[in-house]
Amino acid sequence: MKRREELIEALTGSTLGLFALGVGFLFPISTLFVLVYESLPAIRKFGLIDFITGTTWDPVAEVFGALPALFGTLLVTFIASAIALPVSIGIAMFISELSPKKLKPVFSTAVELLGAIPSIIYGMWGLFVIAPLMADYVEPFLQETLGRVPLLGRLFEGAPTGVDALTASFVLSVMIIPFMSAIVKDAFEMTPELLKEAGYGLGATKWEVVKNVVIPYTLPGIVGGMVLSVGRALGETMAVAFLTGNVHQIPKSLLEPLTTITVAIANEFTEADSDVYLASLYYLALILFVLSFGLLMLAKFYLLERLGKRWGTKGI
Amino acid sequence: MGDERHLRSVILKRKVINVVMLTLSTLTAMYGLVWLFWILGDVLLNGFRFISLQLFLNDPTPPGIEGGGLRHAFVGHFIITSLAALIGVPIGIGTGIFFAEYGRHSKLIKTFRNITDVLVSFPSIVIGTFVYALMVKPLGHFSAVSGSVSLALLMIPVIAITTDEILKLVPNSLREAGYALGAHRWQVIKDISISAAKRGILTGVILGIARISGETAPLLFTSFNNNFFSLDITKPMASLTVTIFQYAMGPYEEWHRQAWAASLVLTFGTLLFFITAKAVVHGMRRSA
Repeated sequence: MKRREELIEALTGSTLGLFALGVGFLFPISTLFVLVYESLPAIRKFGLIDFITGTTWDPVAEVFGALPALFGTLLVTFIASAIALPVSIGIAMFISELSPKKLKPVFSTAVELLGAIPSIIYGMWGLFVIAPLMADYVEPFLQETLGRVPLLGRLFEGAPTGVDALTASFVLSVMIIPFMSAIVKDAFEMTPELLKEAGYGLGATKWEVVKNVVIPYTLPGIVGGMVLSVGRALGETMAVAFLTGNVHQIPKSLLEPLTTITVAIANEFTEADSDVYLASLYYLALILFVLSFGLLMLAKFYLLERLGKRWGTKGI
Repeated sequence: MGDERHLRSVILKRKVINVVMLTLSTLTAMYGLVWLFWILGDVLLNGFRFISLQLFLNDPTPPGIEGGGLRHAFVGHFIITSLAALIGVPIGIGTGIFFAEYGRHSKLIKTFRNITDVLVSFPSIVIGTFVYALMVKPLGHFSAVSGSVSLALLMIPVIAITTDEILKLVPNSLREAGYALGAHRWQVIKDISISAAKRGILTGVILGIARISGETAPLLFTSFNNNFFSLDITKPMASLTVTIFQYAMGPYEEWHRQAWAASLVLTFGTLLFFITAKAVVHGMRRSA
C-alpha cells in the first residue's frame, strides 16, 4: 500500500515536471531551432544584413529582401499603438475613477468582450465595412485637409482605395485597445486609496490626482502594458491580412498598400514553390519571433517585475 | 484684491482643465463602446440576413449554383477544436499544477513559468510555421491533426497560467493540514488544492478554448482547407475560420454572404465561451 502511493507520488511529480519543462523551455527553444534550421537556405544565400536591408521580393528571380515586410510591420504597429495608447489610458481612467460603482463591471465586461472577438472578424469587418468608408469618405477628407499641409501632405498622397497602411493600422488599433486598456486599468486600480485621498485632501481635482498621483505611481505598469500590447500587435495576422494588399513595397504614403511579416507568411506560405522562397518566409518568421519574444520578455521581466516589487506582488 | 483675482483665475483654470480631461476620458470610453456595438451590430445584422438552415446541412456547391452550405467547415472546426482541447487541456492543467505546487521556491521553475506567461501573447502564425515543419513537411501533406496540435500549443500557456494563478490563491494552511494528516503530495494536490480551485481551473479551460476557437493563422498551413466534407483527421480539413478567410477574400457575392453568416456563428460562439467563463468566476466569488 505504502509503496503504491510512493510510486504514484514519483509518477505525478515527474509527469507534471516533464509537462512544465516541455511548455516553459523545450517548446520555445525548439521553435527557435526549427525556425533557424528551416531558414538556413535563405540565411546562406542572403546573410543577415542583406536580407534585412533588401527591398526586392521577387519569387521568380528568387531574390528576397525583408525590408518592406519589416518596415510594414513596424509602421502598422507603431500607428496602431499611437492611436490606442491615449484611448486606452482614457478608458482605464474612466472605468477606474469616473464611472459609477454599479456600472463599473458593465464597462469592464464591454471592453473585455471587444477583446474576445476573434481577430478574423475584425479583419473581415474591416474589409467589408471600414475599407469602403475609408476610401469614399475618410481618406478623401484627409487629402482635402491634412493633404494640403506642406510635408505632412505627402503622407496622404495617392488614390484612396481603403486597402492601405492607414486602414490596416486603424483596424489593428481597435483590436489592441481592449488589451491595452485592461492592463492600464488593472495598474490604475493598484494605486492605494490612501495616496489618492491624500491628493484630494490637498484640494486636488480628479484630473490632478490622476496626473500627479495615479499615473506616476503606475508608470511602469502603463509602459509594461504598452510594450506587451505592441508585442501582441506585431504578431497579429488576421486583422490586417485583409487590409494591407500584401504588396512588397515600402509605402511612400499612408494610402499605399503594403505588407507585413505576418501577412506575407499567411498569403505566400502555401504557394512557396522553391526551397529558397519557403526558407525566406521562415526567415521572416524567425525575425518576428526574435522581435516579439524580445519585446514580451522585456515587458514581463523588466517593467512588470519592477512594478511587482513596488506593489509587493508578483506581476499582474 | 489683485491676489484674490489671481487665485480665482488659477482655481478656475484648474477646474476647466479638470472638466476637459474628464470629458475626454468619458469620450474615449464611449469611443471604445462604439466599436464594440458597431462590430457586433454588423455581424448580427448581416449574419441574420444570410443565415439559413441549409448553411448547416449542406456542403458547398460550385460558385454560381444555389443551395450550398458550410456543413464541412462546421464539422471540421468542431473536430479540430475538440481534438486540440483533448491534447491541450491535460497538459495545460498539469503544467499549471507543477508551477504552483512544485515550483514555488525554485528560481528555474519560476523562469519557466514567466516564459510560459510570455507565450500567452506569442504570435500564433509562428506556431503554425513550427508545426508545419514538424508535422506537415515530413508527412508530405496537410492534416487536421496538425491543426489541432498547433491550436493545442496555443491554448496550453493560457490554461497553465490561469491554473497556476488560481492554485496560488489556495491558502497554504489547507495544504499543511493535509500534510499533517500524513497525506502524500499528490493526495494533497488532488484532494485539497484542485478541489478548492476547480472552478478557477474550469475558467482557465473555457478561456483557453475561447482563445483557440476563433484562431485562423496557425490553421492556414496545418489543417489547410478542404472543399469537401471529411472526417479523416490525417487529411486536410476545413475550419470555419479558414473558410471565412477564403470566402471573404473570394470574388463571389454568395461567398461573402456565407462568410457573414459563418462569422455570426463564430463570434457568438466565442463570446458565449467567454461569458460562461466570466459567469463561472462570478459564481466562485459568490460562493466564496
